[in-house]
Amino acid sequence: MSHVHDLAVIGGGVHGAAAALFAARGGMDVTLLERGPLCREASGVNAGTLTMQMTRVALIPYALKAHAMWASARDWLGHDVGVVVCDGLSLAFTQAEEELLTFRAGKRREAGAPIEIVTGARAKEIEPGLSGEVRVAGHCVVDGFANAYLTGLAYRRALLEAGVALREETPVSGVRRETDGFAVETADGIVRARRLVLAGGVWIEPMMAWLGIHLPIKTLINQLSVSERIAPVMRTVVGIANGLLSLKQYPHGTVVIGGGWQAVGDRERGGVELLPERLIGNARLACHAIPALKRARMARAWAGLEAETADALPAVGPVPGVPDAYVCGSVHSGYTSGPYIARLLADHILGRAPEMPLFPIDRLLAPGGAAVN
Amino acid sequence: MTEAKDVIVIGAGPAGANAALEAAGAGLDVALIDEQPAAGGQVWRAPWPGLERPPASNEAKAGDALRARLEASRVDRRFGRRVWSVTSGFRVDALGPDGNEPVTAPILIAATGAHERVIPFPGWTLPGVIGLAAATVLLKSHQVVPGARVVVAGSGPLLAAVAAGILKAGGHVVAIADIAGPADWLRAAPAMASRPALLAEGAGWTLKILAKRVPIHFRHAVAAAEGEGRVTRVRLKPVDSEGWAGSRKAVEIEADALCVGNGLVPGAELSKLFRAKHRYDRLRGGWIPETDAFGRTSVPALIAIGDGAGLSGAAPAELSGRLAGLAAAHDAGATDGAAFARLAHPLLTERARLAAFADASAGMMALRPAQVAGIAPETIICRCEDVTRAEIDAAFAAGARHVNQLKHFTRCGMGPCQGRMCGDVAAELLGQRVGSREAVGYWTGRPPLRPVGLDQLIGDFDYADIPIPKPAPL
Repeated sequence: MSHVHDLAVIGGGVHGAAAALFAARGGMDVTLLERGPLCREASGVNAGTLTMQMTRVALIPYALKAHAMWASARDWLGHDVGVVVCDGLSLAFTQAEEELLTFRAGKRREAGAPIEIVTGARAKEIEPGLSGEVRVAGHCVVDGFANAYLTGLAYRRALLEAGVALREETPVSGVRRETDGFAVETADGIVRARRLVLAGGVWIEPMMAWLGIHLPIKTLINQLSVSERIAPVMRTVVGIANGLLSLKQYPHGTVVIGGGWQAVGDRERGGVELLPERLIGNARLACHAIPALKRARMARAWAGLEAETADALPAVGPVPGVPDAYVCGSVHSGYTSGPYIARLLADHILGRAPEMPLFPIDRLLAPGGAAVN
Repeated sequence: MTEAKDVIVIGAGPAGANAALEAAGAGLDVALIDEQPAAGGQVWRAPWPGLERPPASNEAKAGDALRARLEASRVDRRFGRRVWSVTSGFRVDALGPDGNEPVTAPILIAATGAHERVIPFPGWTLPGVIGLAAATVLLKSHQVVPGARVVVAGSGPLLAAVAAGILKAGGHVVAIADIAGPADWLRAAPAMASRPALLAEGAGWTLKILAKRVPIHFRHAVAAAEGEGRVTRVRLKPVDSEGWAGSRKAVEIEADALCVGNGLVPGAELSKLFRAKHRYDRLRGGWIPETDAFGRTSVPALIAIGDGAGLSGAAPAELSGRLAGLAAAHDAGATDGAAFARLAHPLLTERARLAAFADASAGMMALRPAQVAGIAPETIICRCEDVTRAEIDAAFAAGARHVNQLKHFTRCGMGPCQGRMCGDVAAELLGQRVGSREAVGYWTGRPPLRPVGLDQLIGDFDYADIPIPKPAPL
């Protein structure tokens, strides 16, 4: 009789890794299966932004909790993810953007994010690197960023310390329901567990199909670029009213330009191609906000995948009709909120009452398992 | 304002320029793009505009002839332009004097050449230490000798070429250190003899070196470059044929410049960008695209030729260029199958005749795993990010099994050169731990293909004209 784990987590991004970590710390015998190395997809290549000003309103309470977790990662994770906590500014350059910003910041403030609208002059005091053309800005003191590429190394160490049976480079080809749990099929043989968490980001859709459930997940292909190391040109996280810019300078001097401009690609092939006009557009926006950035050179651009459900809210909770199976992912700005939301799910699995509600997927499924669109 | 062509060739060295000439000769509309102000690539580099011409060498003559042929051709020459983005279609974006210039064509020929490999040693990042290929740039393009007392070290034909070039320019070479021994050169000699002209050129270099009584240290490699703020002393150590040093005594030489190189690495960034199939080939310099005899890769209409597709040297590259140009003409429908076969046949035969020489020459430059294995822990491997060998070993211990993971763990290869300098050595170090070069792979190809100034990239614009996408849901 082969070993049966209490829990098998499939998908080693920030959601899967955090769910596995907290379940193991809660006393479970946990295995984590990841087809590549840990956190080498969205969780390792995203812009690392830990902002409230791009987070969906419904997720603000979660993101605030998660921000506090990132800020104290050394304490609870035990390893450094290069987190910097700083002010955040969301800029408006036009009348229309000012209206959009005022409306959106108001909604986020109602949800608990400490955002206040400040004048362009005040914004420039907060961020001396700003352009003089800013009309108003949303200012949030709860902002910052992590060094996303360190996520895998940090979680890897924490998972091993917590005794999680880590199976990297182990693609899963299918999952079968057995009388007392699940048989997870891999090239190295069957891995058995009493419970199952599917945390595959954009690959949650094909994973759910193993259980006979159709949960449509849209794949966003976000373009990013980074400058070479330059002398300090900014000290805050800078965005714009409609969310299509995220900009920050890391302590080692590189500036990461993001904001969700779309590249070419899909779930099967990943981010295949970066579009030059969009790299230029995103860079123009960045240099318009922080003019001194023009002196830098772009060193590299890349793309990362982001998962989105039909209503753009997370898929986190039990899988309807499949006892002991759970899903965890598709969280907008999921890197920011991931550790907290995964901890809530781990609490639920451990039989503890989660501090805040999960996001059950029943709403996304048609009766009988076909999906609602 | 995107201009449409039949074929775009990137790189105007012997391979790319000949490909462009051949395709244009078949009636195609060809754009030939290069970063340098004139064609010739590294091997036939033109002197910088305005500089007095040096006494003509064979290479200068070959370069001048090629430049004259291009001059007289219909090829749309776009020099002094830095290609930073290439996307499917194909669309090539290059930054030139007037900003970003996109051009499109259904066929793309990548002839991007090679970059140099320096196996790191303590002090290799000191000012005064430069690569052998960099030294050829100084000599050919700028007619500058690298220092007053120069040590020339490393492996392969560039060693003798650089030493002779410095002597010819009136410089002083205080020592040559060659990892190979006379026996290695003798072993390569029969194959080398298949190219009498080049053998004569090599002999000419040797005579020049002998005439000046430059001390030659066979079976020696650089142990360290030392000095305060710049190199003042070079220590050489005896090595075996694989480059392994053991613990034998070093030779010390006072010098103010060190030119050192251990072969070349194919600059296969374009085929990697398009995710063409690649294979690791130590003789050909590293990871190279899998191609047919005409350079066609696994990506439709993407052709890769010259040293960037596997080291073989200038003469085979010229032929590969012509063959690629013929293939492009055929694939574009400008030449029928019979004519294509007839024209290609003699070129294929000629290239096959050069293979023995190319292999012998590439063999002298190939990476010696033992030399990499012997790098001391505190030695910097990635000079952009100051990542040492010990940090790479620590990343392996922490679980890194692929070069892309190594990069995340250490920042190795994340600097402005994007791993062009350190990539081959870093992958070799990790590969030796993991078990093979195939297992650790290569860094994902991404734009920009070279670092580009944001000011140049963004040009002049109005904020209102930025095509900002729709906002995400609230």
